[in-house]
Amino acid sequence: MLMILLGSGNGLSNGVANNFMNDAVNAMWIWQGETTIPYEGMKSGRQIQFHNQDQEIVSKVSGVGVSSGRYFMGNTRYSYLKESGEYTTITCQPELKEVENLILNEGRFINQIDIVQNRKVVVIGSDIKTALFKDSVALGEYVNINMVPFKVVGICTEPGSTRNRNAYMPLSTAQMIFSGSNRLHNLALTIDASTLEESQAIEDQIRNVLGRQHKFDPKDEGAIGLYNKLENYIQTMKIFQAIKIFIWIIGIGTLIAGIVGVSNIMLIVVKERTKEIGIRKAIGASPSSVIGLILLESIMITTIAGYIGLVLGTGLMEMINYFMLQTVGTAPSQQDSGTIFLNPTVDINIAVYATLLLIVAGAIAGYIPAKRAASIKPIVALRDE
Amino acid sequence: MIRLNNIHKSYEMGNSSLHVLKGIDLQIEQGDFVSIMGSSGSGKSTLLNILGMLDNYDKGTYHLSGNLIANMSEKKSAKLRNEMVGFIFQSFNLISFKNAMENVALPLYYKGIPRKKRNLIALEYLEKMGLKDWANHMPNEMSGGQKQRVAIARALISKPKIILADEPTGALDSATSYEVMDILKDVNDSGITVIIVTHEHDIAAMTNQIIRLKDGLIHEIIRNGELKQFKKEYIHGLEPAQTPSYV
Repeated sequence: MLMILLGSGNGLSNGVANNFMNDAVNAMWIWQGETTIPYEGMKSGRQIQFHNQDQEIVSKVSGVGVSSGRYFMGNTRYSYLKESGEYTTITCQPELKEVENLILNEGRFINQIDIVQNRKVVVIGSDIKTALFKDSVALGEYVNINMVPFKVVGICTEPGSTRNRNAYMPLSTAQMIFSGSNRLHNLALTIDASTLEESQAIEDQIRNVLGRQHKFDPKDEGAIGLYNKLENYIQTMKIFQAIKIFIWIIGIGTLIAGIVGVSNIMLIVVKERTKEIGIRKAIGASPSSVIGLILLESIMITTIAGYIGLVLGTGLMEMINYFMLQTVGTAPSQQDSGTIFLNPTVDINIAVYATLLLIVAGAIAGYIPAKRAASIKPIVALRDE
Repeated sequence: MIRLNNIHKSYEMGNSSLHVLKGIDLQIEQGDFVSIMGSSGSGKSTLLNILGMLDNYDKGTYHLSGNLIANMSEKKSAKLRNEMVGFIFQSFNLISFKNAMENVALPLYYKGIPRKKRNLIALEYLEKMGLKDWANHMPNEMSGGQKQRVAIARALISKPKIILADEPTGALDSATSYEVMDILKDVNDSGITVIIVTHEHDIAAMTNQIIRLKDGLIHEIIRNGELKQFKKEYIHGLEPAQTPSYV
């Protein structure tokens, strides 16, 4: 019982944790906004525009890991031979791959040389590949993006996403070709923080340095937008911790019910064996040996029953796991985005703890009956026909 | 050996208390073969329980081979019982899910003797009782006489100083009763004090000393010399066919 509860709890948290893995859990996005607080004599409502140097500034903030500036081009027209479609182009730096945990199916991601040499290369989402290239090979081919030919160097998927309709091209190239000058739309970065407080400190620092750069109040929530994945992640994990505690409480509750049950059974056993205990005492069994006898029996009952429960529970969990994988397997387009449960099993540590718990439970369950057995007076026991 | 001095014992029965023993003074020496007689309610079983340390008493003193038996911890009295006393009961009180050998070996288990050794000793004692072939039988597969012999073997195995028997023949027919009594006599001959509670005169007559209880007091003690008289008194109640050979 406890096993099933713990198992499903684990499954739930594993599943959600996996969903979170779609992006690096410590990812952070910063986008530009409008000031809402007048600052240094300037009115509110001023548009903030990020530039390339902002990225450098942000990347120097302590605690910031890799970072990438992004320049968005909505609905750019992609065409290859007769096929064409409009997709979102994200211009970026090589680091974005780490921030968004992109998976490359073929080829490579944008690299530093692409940036430096302003190469006209593009990494396309797998859906774009299917739409434009069908079954033919895309790598090395040229696609026209807004009538400019770009070489396809990689095909990628975003984990956990059902749509892979984004294309990635080097920031420098895009800025140059599509008259982006040195503007950026947003910054994606990873931060190095393990607690909520740390991540918030980094957040504040970023606001400060950008505020100094663009002359806005660091407290101005509107000037720049900031999404901190880690914050979210930590909060969700807290919810899971709460769920886990809840599950434990229920588990322990059932365990206590079990203990009471076994205790009752043992009381009856003691009652039935009153005579035998009386005989044993008459021929010289000390109270402690009687207690030992009953306790041992109680522990035996709970451990054997408990162990069967453990095996059944684990078996059930494995079965659910198996079937879940099966259903996921039959729906390949869904990938694993739909399952909240993932790997709903408990590890060996918990099993060991559970076994120990069972023994302790048996001891507790047996203690009161054993005490009662020990206090039986031999004459009373022998009279009991 | 056994020295009782003004022993009182009463049982609480709800509000009222039942005064069972009202001052027993008794001396039993090593090697005696004693029977306690009396009508039901005269306190003979209570007296036996006190002698066997199964029950405590309210007033007076009880010395067993020099030791004062009073207010002992359960553990200590359990140990003394194990060492000093062997019990034989009317209803045999064998443990039903253990075979004869294991039953006999049980007291040794509480002495901490390893299984192999105690089973060997148990077999030895069973052989003395002529029950070696029955060693692996369960109690419910045996006759009353056999069960009682197993019980005697169990009582003897811890080499006690005293054998206490509460109506050992109460559940047996007279032929097996005499068998059992013969065994007890042999036991007594080996120097062990045997005390039996009985209300059968012919059984009592086989002992060396009869203590008659009446209303919680010792009514009379019939010793060896007077036994002949006692026997004669009751012998006519017995059927000739059952007249035992010892007469």
